[in-house]
Amino acid sequence: MNNITLTSVSKEYGKTKAVDNVDLAVSAGECLALVGHNGAGKSTLIKMVLGLISPTMGNVSVMGHNPMTAPFNGVRRDIGFLPEQVLFQNNMTGRETLEFYARLKGLTRDGLDDLFRRVDLMYAADDRIATYSKGMRQRLGLAQALIGSPKLLILDEPTSGLDPVSRQNVYSIINDMKSAGTTILISSHALTELDSRVDRVAIINRGKLLALGSIADLRQNIGLASEIKVHAPVNSMKIMTQHFGDKCFVNGVAQFSCPADEKIAFLKELMGLNISLADIEVNDPSLEQVFMALTQTEGHVHE
Amino acid sequence: MNRLWTLTTKEARDGFRNRWVIMITLVMTALALILSFLGSAPTGTTSVSPLAVTVVSLSTLSIFFIPLIALLLTYDSVVGEAERGTLTLLLTHPVSRTEVILGKFMGHLFLLTIAIVVGYGVAGLTISFTGEAGFADQEWDSFLRLLLSSVLLGAIFLSIGYVISSWVSERGMAAALAIGIWLMFVLLYDMGLLALLASDSGEGINGELVKWLMLINPTDSYRMFNLMASNDTALLSGMAGLSSDHRASDLSLIMIMLLWIITPLVAAIAIFKRRQL
Repeated sequence: MNNITLTSVSKEYGKTKAVDNVDLAVSAGECLALVGHNGAGKSTLIKMVLGLISPTMGNVSVMGHNPMTAPFNGVRRDIGFLPEQVLFQNNMTGRETLEFYARLKGLTRDGLDDLFRRVDLMYAADDRIATYSKGMRQRLGLAQALIGSPKLLILDEPTSGLDPVSRQNVYSIINDMKSAGTTILISSHALTELDSRVDRVAIINRGKLLALGSIADLRQNIGLASEIKVHAPVNSMKIMTQHFGDKCFVNGVAQFSCPADEKIAFLKELMGLNISLADIEVNDPSLEQVFMALTQTEGHVHE
Repeated sequence: MNRLWTLTTKEARDGFRNRWVIMITLVMTALALILSFLGSAPTGTTSVSPLAVTVVSLSTLSIFFIPLIALLLTYDSVVGEAERGTLTLLLTHPVSRTEVILGKFMGHLFLLTIAIVVGYGVAGLTISFTGEAGFADQEWDSFLRLLLSSVLLGAIFLSIGYVISSWVSERGMAAALAIGIWLMFVLLYDMGLLALLASDSGEGINGELVKWLMLINPTDSYRMFNLMASNDTALLSGMAGLSSDHRASDLSLIMIMLLWIITPLVAAIAIFKRRQL
């Protein structure tokens, strides 16, 4: 059962295609990350999922409804959304702000304390938002998105402008929501932090969906090599250079570049040499490297 | 219905929070008092009720002031929220765009009504207590007409404000348009009409046509509604010379004003529904 289904969706603004023929499905309980440069079309895609703008072509279905139709209003109370940038009204308190959005979702002010505690804002709940720091505002935005325990959580750049501690806090909330079975769509360019937290990644560049899959799959598919570093005594180094020849690059440590599916074979071969080794590091390409590799090749195609 | 109430109370509370209500009410009261006392000075011991003088002064003040504050209240109500990002967030909640505009309208109308009733009420009561005529002998009918029609006048320019605000994409543009609209309704339109009358040597133009051309402008309908309210106000404002066929009935004046509230409001909702976020 898919929570979000996009079928050949395009969105044009004048002549520019903000989103170009994207097919994408997010199944219930999945956590999918939209990754792309600024202006790649992530926010446009999110706005179409939320029913704020209609696609120029193609179909969007969210929890079984077209977001641009009236019945979708019934679904909206089950959706939590954190916009990329939101300036809440300075002259309201955090609690008044959340109460307003809770009431729009047909809920009461009960349970707001719980939300404030989850985002670590309980101490400032009754202060005016004018006194909040940027991080506190972002956390208030997140608390707003969590009102009414949504079934679908859409977060547009949830960690932008946050210090490392607050970022970890945001990720732990995302983890909690995920284990509670919430479907999560998250857009970000904080790539390194996303690595271990998402089920699948959709890489978007210039409105096009470049790649879709788990990070491991993406690595495999685009053939980015893992990097293996071997620390060893000098005589072992010699043996390695003799054995591996060109594949080996010695620079204090021996470095090997190795396609993901040959890693095990390589390590077996290395062990087969029966030399003394001090340490082995295996570095798989990060999401960031995958992303750079993909968007760069795409860039060449255009030029 | 519940959501509409939530939106309405939010707008109303904003008005109190940013001290808009306090400021505008004070300004209205001060202006009304000054005008009333200045206005009542020359009447001396005529038979005209001092409150009637006040009604004439205040309705002249209202024509300039109420459209201005109504437009100031609303010109950035949509475009401003769009720029702050709260509009996007608001519309992801289970509210329709119609409810958003109606909620703003009701909230703003409430604020404006407070400012008008308190501001003019204080002036009216002060005049009637300090005057020589007894409290009950005052022209309370005319005064109530003034309050009611001032609220209607305010509602008209609130609606027009939403049209501007949901149409443009930048706040600066909305402000410029609001000023332009204000000038057109309170100044340029009447000047145009005068020019039309002056250029004509008295035969070509149909009097009935001029009357309706004038009444199409809601500020003129408002003026007519108040200045013709009673013999006193008509006399004071120089309208007494108009023969009865040059007057429009109260009902038609109110209908014109209601049309001027509903039409822009419907237009604002339609424009807002097409707005890209």
